[in-house]
Amino acid sequence: MFGSEALDLARIQFAFTVSFHILFPAITIGLASYLAVLEGLWLKTREQVYLDLYHFWLKIFAVNFGMGVVSGIVMAYQFGTNWSQFSTFAGSITGPLLAYEVLTAFFLEAGFLGVMLFGLNRVGPGLHFFSTLMVAIGTLISTFWILASNSWMHTPQGHALVDGRLVPVDWLAVIFNPSFPYRLLHMVVAAYLATAFFVGAAAAWHLLRGHDNPALRKMLSMAMWMALIVAPVQAVIGDFHGLNTLEHQPAKIAAIEGHWENVEGEPTPLILFGWPDMAREETRFAVEIPVLGSLILNHSLSEPIPALKEFAAEDRPNSTIVFWTFRLMVGLGLLMILTGLWSLWLRRRGDLYQSRRFLRMALWMGPSGLLAILAGWFTTEVGRQPWVVHGLLRTRDAVSAHGVAEMSISLALFVVVYLAVFGIGFVYVLHLVHKGPLTGEGREPPVSGGAGRPRTPARPLSAPEEGLDEGTPSARS
Amino acid sequence: MGIDLSLIWAAIISFGVMMYVVMDGFDLGIGMLYPFFKDSHDRDVMMNTVAPVWDGNETWLVLGGAGLFAAFPLAYAVILSALYLPLVFMLIGLVFRGVAFEFRFKAREEQRHLWDKAFIGGSLAATFFQGVVLGAFIEGIPVADGQFAGGALDWLAPFPLFCGLGLVVAYGLLGCTWLIMKTEGRLQRRMHDLARPLTLVLLAVIGILSLWTPLAHEAIARRWFSLPNLVWFLPVPLLVLLSVRALLRSVANNDHARPFLLTLALIFLGYSGLIISLWPNIIPPAISIHDAAAPPQSQGFTLVGALLIIPVILGYTAWSYYVFRGKVRHGEGYH
Repeated sequence: MFGSEALDLARIQFAFTVSFHILFPAITIGLASYLAVLEGLWLKTREQVYLDLYHFWLKIFAVNFGMGVVSGIVMAYQFGTNWSQFSTFAGSITGPLLAYEVLTAFFLEAGFLGVMLFGLNRVGPGLHFFSTLMVAIGTLISTFWILASNSWMHTPQGHALVDGRLVPVDWLAVIFNPSFPYRLLHMVVAAYLATAFFVGAAAAWHLLRGHDNPALRKMLSMAMWMALIVAPVQAVIGDFHGLNTLEHQPAKIAAIEGHWENVEGEPTPLILFGWPDMAREETRFAVEIPVLGSLILNHSLSEPIPALKEFAAEDRPNSTIVFWTFRLMVGLGLLMILTGLWSLWLRRRGDLYQSRRFLRMALWMGPSGLLAILAGWFTTEVGRQPWVVHGLLRTRDAVSAHGVAEMSISLALFVVVYLAVFGIGFVYVLHLVHKGPLTGEGREPPVSGGAGRPRTPARPLSAPEEGLDEGTPSARS
Repeated sequence: MGIDLSLIWAAIISFGVMMYVVMDGFDLGIGMLYPFFKDSHDRDVMMNTVAPVWDGNETWLVLGGAGLFAAFPLAYAVILSALYLPLVFMLIGLVFRGVAFEFRFKAREEQRHLWDKAFIGGSLAATFFQGVVLGAFIEGIPVADGQFAGGALDWLAPFPLFCGLGLVVAYGLLGCTWLIMKTEGRLQRRMHDLARPLTLVLLAVIGILSLWTPLAHEAIARRWFSLPNLVWFLPVPLLVLLSVRALLRSVANNDHARPFLLTLALIFLGYSGLIISLWPNIIPPAISIHDAAAPPQSQGFTLVGALLIIPVILGYTAWSYYVFRGKVRHGEGYH
């Protein structure tokens, strides 16, 4: 049979492949909406700068979409290969949701993506804008399905247990399960923020190198408006999401807070830092603020939050991990808010595009959104443990009965291939970023592409013409 | 319930897999023919004959997987976990092939050969392990308590490995005849020369498999050789022989499109033979599509989306191939 090592390897493999995968859809979701906004602004104002930015980010969007499709193929098979008992037990519910996600993605690819990538000079601006909008909405619909499936695993409802397997009883209840609205909103906004900071960093990189043009300034400006307005909104959404988790998955909250024990009638402090020790059942080296835990989570000065010792040891998530991934996410979120406020201050002083210190900050904040997404997903997924479907199926009962040998081989292969393949993809994206937005790109002769042509929406990577390494990057100033 | 949802889903998934085999088959075949064509212009042409369509072809593989998960979760879980390693090798081959495809066009001349090797290796691994998966699937998958009950290396047996080689030949011929259709001149002549031996080898492979399968599996032998089944199914092997004869003749006649169409017919006949052998099992040798079915509310729910979207994908695919009709020449296409 299989031991805990094989289970751990299966978990590592899933974490590895899905962590790689999520980065691409996150940027795809964000860029699709960003492109829709850019094109909308262009149609409204007819300012060339919006069209230039549209063409620049369209290429990066295409590469990113392609990478997401490739890494997604592996995900579509992994539930069966590695988590066969989960698939048998819950497949009647998660299978259809996943199938809808796949169908949505293919519908996009077959329909509006082609017009969006290659059609601006052929179908006219109105229809083209409509296609861009549809692609943006399509990415959100895809997100809708996959998060419905994931949220259901956290807060399952609408099902019945028949012959040892779950069957759907009420699809609306399954889809609109209690954590779904919060998770969906939190993830979509996270994708927007991650994209905004990526865009902002690209602009900062060019500005720091002395490249300066209206497109770069517009990029930075739009990104920083997003940071200023959306990062605080995300904090509020996150707070609501946390309250929802407290209601439905109290053990996860206790683990996130590293909170082990309640003393009768006393409010819970907030542990800022510390080292939750699962074996000793305490959080060592804790730096606490009294009462704040109760205040944040219960909006009360006296009512304590659930403590880890209220749950059997075998039902506790790993507090050491989620304590820190949560703090990483929140810390990055606070930095994003700070960046937004700083940008406002500089903007009012008219110094936004010149302050090197700020531009360096914006550059370093480039990956912050993606890192925060990973940290957040680690928090919620590790926090759901030891369950794969909360309260219904334990992770150790969900895994396929593979041995350590084959799990090691496959994990090693995935690591090597992913690093090579997506590493090159990442370098290519950076190369496109380095080239910078060109002025007047939209006025160049129409790019020939479309269904059945050499450059086709079925191969989004064929949209950008740039080679892998064509000398030094250049931006026109 | 007048409608057999499991039957509809089995038909959709079989169709999806068939579409995949037909369409990705020739792409992978071209990858495996690459080693025989060293000239980089020839290689450009060969790749350009599939560049506009290959990625859409993988759509069907993902659709097949997702459809199986939604409609037959038990089959999805058992088959995929039983064939874990060959499937991982196949997926990695496909990832490599796909990315090599894109970046070959974007790489500098000196580095192109590296992507060529990735393209060849990826195509070969994906094809071979698809064949292994197919062979192991036909061999049957032991199931106990709704879970795979065999060993991790069950697929490492003569029959699955032979199927792996067989599929390499089949996809090789598909790629070769596709190139006969899409190219001209010297490259096309060389493909003509390759097609005949490939066809003969494929005929031998089909012959061996047609004997090996019923000899090893009594149930399959009974399916084919009992009366009146024999009468009903006899057209399948007869049509195979007729197709091979027509194929050899059309190659000798230097036909352009016909060799590819006849190879497709051969693949389709082989696929029909497979379905005849295994029906109604979705996990051979004993679990039928109805045993493995998701409840009707799952199958029905997903069917709505599938029936709306699959026609769109089909229409789009047909349009792509229509736009891309005709010959591909040197110096044409996407760089």
